[in-house]
Amino acid sequence: MGMMERIDIGTEMAVRVREFLTFKLGGEEYGIDILKVQEIRGYEAVTRIANAPAFIKGVVNLRGVIVPIVDLRVKFELGEARYDTFTVVIILNVARRVVGAVVDSVSDVLALDGKQIKPAPEFNSLLQADYITGLGTVPTADGERLLILVDIERLMSSPEMGLVERAAA
Amino acid sequence: MGEISNPGLQNDGFDLSQFYTVFFEEARENLANMESMLLDIDIAHPSDEELNAIFRVAHSIKGGAATFSFTEVATLTHELETLLDRVRKHELSLKRPMVDLLLEAGDVVKAQLACRQGNSDHSPPADALIQRIRVMAAGQDERAGAPTGARVLDIRIGPLQSGAAADGLVELFYDIPALGSIEVLDQGQLSTDGMRRFKVTTQSPDSELVELFSFHVSREQVQIAPIESAASTSAEGDGYGFFVDPQTLPQVSKETPAGAGAGEGEASRRPDGRARTDKPAAGALESTTLRVSVEKVDHLINLVGELVITQAMLTQRAKDLDPIQFSSLLGGMTELERNSRDLQETVMSIRMIPMSFVFNRFPRMIRDLAAKLGKQIELRMVGEATELDKGLIEKIVDPLTHLVRNSADHGVETPAMRLAAGKLPHGTITLSAAHQGGSILIEVRDDGQGLRRERILQKARERGLHVRDDMTDAEVWALIWEPGFSTAETVSDVSGRGVGMDVVRKNITALNGSVELDSAEGYGTRVTVRLPLTLAIMDGMSIGVAGETYILPLASVVESFQVTTGMVQTVGTTGRVVKVRDEFMPVISLDEVFRVQRPDRTSAAEIMTVVEAEGRRVGVMIDELLGQHQVVVKNLETNYRRVPDISGATILGDGRVALIVDTASLVKRARH
Repeated sequence: MGMMERIDIGTEMAVRVREFLTFKLGGEEYGIDILKVQEIRGYEAVTRIANAPAFIKGVVNLRGVIVPIVDLRVKFELGEARYDTFTVVIILNVARRVVGAVVDSVSDVLALDGKQIKPAPEFNSLLQADYITGLGTVPTADGERLLILVDIERLMSSPEMGLVERAAA
Repeated sequence: MGEISNPGLQNDGFDLSQFYTVFFEEARENLANMESMLLDIDIAHPSDEELNAIFRVAHSIKGGAATFSFTEVATLTHELETLLDRVRKHELSLKRPMVDLLLEAGDVVKAQLACRQGNSDHSPPADALIQRIRVMAAGQDERAGAPTGARVLDIRIGPLQSGAAADGLVELFYDIPALGSIEVLDQGQLSTDGMRRFKVTTQSPDSELVELFSFHVSREQVQIAPIESAASTSAEGDGYGFFVDPQTLPQVSKETPAGAGAGEGEASRRPDGRARTDKPAAGALESTTLRVSVEKVDHLINLVGELVITQAMLTQRAKDLDPIQFSSLLGGMTELERNSRDLQETVMSIRMIPMSFVFNRFPRMIRDLAAKLGKQIELRMVGEATELDKGLIEKIVDPLTHLVRNSADHGVETPAMRLAAGKLPHGTITLSAAHQGGSILIEVRDDGQGLRRERILQKARERGLHVRDDMTDAEVWALIWEPGFSTAETVSDVSGRGVGMDVVRKNITALNGSVELDSAEGYGTRVTVRLPLTLAIMDGMSIGVAGETYILPLASVVESFQVTTGMVQTVGTTGRVVKVRDEFMPVISLDEVFRVQRPDRTSAAEIMTVVEAEGRRVGVMIDELLGQHQVVVKNLETNYRRVPDISGATILGDGRVALIVDTASLVKRARH
């Protein structure tokens, strides 16, 4: 199902196809490398961790593994975060850890080839430009969808996420 | 001895490197065996079995080393083998300097092997050591002229043109009395094949004899063969008439005649020095064991842990079922619970290793320490068979080592001081291990001078610590745990820098254990370490804090009771205390510590649980006591990070995660 080569998008526009999981967050649509996604779950039975930042909701039991859950809606202050049966958590496998991220909704898995990915211009968005690897365009019935392609591994292991403890040098 | 070529590709291109691992492991075991045998041996009356066993260690390592062309190891072990062979044949008697030398040689072999294994860069120099071994193998200094120390040799010289050429040898012995004695066997006449024969009694090695003889005859004309002394245990025909090329081997090789006496797996040796071993391992243990990788065992333990959780969850779901309607199902659940528990215990025991693994390094350490410090110390070990999880064993070694060193350095006094105090000149350090409930108790006890209260109090005052004269002994001893604390007069490289005890305690609490000090001045000191039997499973108490569930380690829970008004009193502006019997202790509310929002304003924490950690007690205010059960401890840091006041997490029967409270940090919180 598609080719799983790592490409540096900024430099090479190889004619290879990569697959992205797309999700909606704060009115915008994002795409992340499907290989980093372990599964998609509902939001339930989260055990709160005291004194953690507000966007770290706590930990859940994922078939015996303790997984921390981060709510990206809270982290990027995207208005009211609701927790109901429709709340969706993407379980990610990044930086040799398993972590979960709560988003508004999950859309689909798309294959994008090099031609559909363009470098991202410098713009002020929720996510700093470091994490954005490009912009993807997908034609739809009535126009185009714009996907912000994110390096989810880099984002989740960044200090601002507070998931990974940095040892004092 | 620098060059280490790639020996695996010698031997006609047959790659031997696949066999290295086994050789290194077995050699390591053998060396450890040899060391403990040397430490245990009764120097005055060594048993034949012990001497033979020690000999076999050197022999088998030499064999393997020669096969893999580890020449430096083979050379050294060859010298050891020669020395040990003489000892086991009672040609040489065992003495303390010899045991010291053998221990030292064992260390060098270990280092050589480590170098070969790739763990270090250069091989230790062994030439001086080899010389010392040869000197020792050649004979005993104090027993001048005693027949048991000397060798009796059959010397043949020839072929010669005239018998007189060999007469010079007789002169040699006349000129050099220390060389030994010589007896002419052939009345000065040449035999039909031009040989002269002598009987020589000497303590010198063959090489020395050949050197001296070469003044009169050429080397190739010298044949030396031993005639066994009366005290020898091996067969008569041993080595008789065997020609040795004195330029390649300094010692005599003994060829076992077909099927004769020395049948303890001895190798037959070819003159080029390579040996063929019959039995690969000379280790004494005959148990049937399996070498299994630790990863596999850990994986197995994880799987069993998951099984336990699933089984607990099923049991919980089944609880609500009608017992009549579902009687067979519920019966099955009970069976399942029993099977799971048995499986869990058995699997956990796979990782259990006897404490002797830890204790075994101490005899040698104490021996060396005692010599260095000029003290006499006897080490007693009790309960070495007590088993402990492999993970814990590795982590307990450093703290225990520090405690034992402390006892040797600061505890046990010099023989003079001990005699002056009316004690026996040798001090005793006792190491003991025993199971107690779900824990293992390890004790380091000495009968030395004990902790000196006044010195500790004085030191504490000097360091600005808050002390009172009426502190109990226990409180005074507890000062030792402060970082940087040391009442040693001098800082030796053994101990005294004051970085030890607090690190020891930290290491032990990191293992969910506890450590206590007790002492009587003039009589001795005892340090008791208590560790849970395994890292992964813990007895816990579930508590409710404003609707959230937490787990307290049961080992830390002292008691719980209902709080009535007036029990908790305020001290200063923010401190609170409670009096339990005669003791005042600080109070902490868990809902504050964990910032739990109370949904219902009227509910309040009404239950106080007294928690003890690191020798201190704290009263913890909670809402509910939910129950007691075994929990599988999961590490939060695998996917997240370290959380203050939380030591881990577990999965409850209903699948939810509960956090395990770090009682040590709670207690610390209350102090500040």
